Amino acid sequence: MLDFLQMLVSGVAVGSSYALVGLAMVIIYKTSEVPNFAQGEMALISSFFTFMLLEQCGFPYYAAFPLALLFAVLLGFFLEFTVLRRAKDPNILGMIAITIGIEMILLGLVSWKFGADPKTLPFPISPYDSIALGEVFISALEALTVGVALVIMLILFIFFRFSKLGVAMKATQQNDTAARLMGIRTNRILMFTWGVSSLVGCVAGLLISPITMQPYMMWDPLLKGFAAAVMGGMTSLPGAVLGAYLLGIIENLFGGYVSIEFKSVVAFAIIVLVLCIKPSGLFARHYVKKV
Amino acid sequence: MRALLEIKNIETYYGLIYALRGISLAVEEGTITAILGTNGAGKSTILKTVMGLIEDQPDKGTIAYMGRRIDGKDTALIVRRGISHVPEGRAVFEELTVRENLLMGAYTRKDRDGISADFRRVYDYFPVLQERANQWAGTLSGGEQQMLAIGRALMSRPKLLFLDEPSLGLSPLLVKEIFAIIKTINQEGVTILLVEQNARMALAIADVGLILENGRFVMKGDAKALMEDKDVQEFYMGVHSEASLKGYQRWKRKKAWR
Repeated sequence: MLDFLQMLVSGVAVGSSYALVGLAMVIIYKTSEVPNFAQGEMALISSFFTFMLLEQCGFPYYAAFPLALLFAVLLGFFLEFTVLRRAKDPNILGMIAITIGIEMILLGLVSWKFGADPKTLPFPISPYDSIALGEVFISALEALTVGVALVIMLILFIFFRFSKLGVAMKATQQNDTAARLMGIRTNRILMFTWGVSSLVGCVAGLLISPITMQPYMMWDPLLKGFAAAVMGGMTSLPGAVLGAYLLGIIENLFGGYVSIEFKSVVAFAIIVLVLCIKPSGLFARHYVKKV
Repeated sequence: MRALLEIKNIETYYGLIYALRGISLAVEEGTITAILGTNGAGKSTILKTVMGLIEDQPDKGTIAYMGRRIDGKDTALIVRRGISHVPEGRAVFEELTVRENLLMGAYTRKDRDGISADFRRVYDYFPVLQERANQWAGTLSGGEQQMLAIGRALMSRPKLLFLDEPSLGLSPLLVKEIFAIIKTINQEGVTILLVEQNARMALAIADVGLILENGRFVMKGDAKALMEDKDVQEFYMGVHSEASLKGYQRWKRKKAWR
């Protein structure tokens, strides 16, 4: 029983970082209908930028982290403005190819500048301290990840529900032409979306890098985050979050009780299962068009 | 008096298709102007060209609104200047609530009091929207969606309102209701440019009517005069000329403008 609880808690913790990546992907997907495969590498380069500030330039934490977030936002703006906006009437496949291209470039940049050997990001909280919840343990970093993920979710929920800009972002996704007819500058909305998404991704990157930091560190969270987003229906923020937690927990339980070797494969088995049973995702509240 | 909207000799291409072949039109302030024509005549293209929705168009000609050129400008800017467009097929935001749709209509505005006053005004015109305020727009009926689209366009407090086929897909009774409201909106000071296939309804409320064929205007006149015109009656209102003795029409009328 104790094992079970421990696995559950670790599952929630690992699910939180999937949730952040999944959220970042859903935000972009909601407005531009592109699954952004460069998400992981955008977070990667922001994390390495932070590493550079802390280790090589000697910035203190309170300056480096805000700068990193700012860098992430500007990176999002920059990519949208210079690359995606230039694509003339792209179809979805073209856009996916573009995001994969960006991903390769960013990965190459990081490997070239920092090399492939593992590093450690200095972090105010050590990943090896742990907090006891009764008899179950959770590392301080994991606890922080869960907390940060919850706060970000809450902010995003309020933003999309109640702010004019958030509603405008949803409107742009649903009908771009009509949004322009409302006087919404859809280009700016898209740019803003990429900024916000990059910011959320960066937070995920920063929370992952104290444990493992090398150019391929975002592969696993990206794939799992994407899987979670697909499970949740790709357009639903709470869906992506619930999907991520489910994935984290199931993965951990599977690793504990069945087979540790196949632990990360189970995520994809779940996706296949979900897509077979409910192709629109578990939590999508999609309006079906009347003909 | 200078016209509110002045279109001079515009030509628009859709790729290689030559859609508008030199259109000139002046919309006077306070009037309802109706553009009539069959499918593919280019009616909607005129509105889309003015709104800047067709990229890099008009190819030739100028468009001036309140004396200032707006051709080639960004759609968002044109909306801010005071033109609102209800697109063909309504185009409401299906997964936003009715209230959020209306709020998006007021996107360019900052005055909270004015916006809530306009919410009341729109709910006055269309009480059913208030009943459905928290429902997703996609779940409304066609007629309600049309009302929502018009209401949403009014939320930006336009001086000039474009309506693209408001009668599309609605029952005759609902069409009558919507046209009555369009007339009221006009009487409260909004200039209207209306594009319609339903010539009878459109001319009944319009001041000026124009007839478009193959990207050119072929006729312009007072709405009442157009309604009595034999050609217009035959080709756009489905009135048949007198039947022959044997009970059927043996010849087809030749259009006088050809």
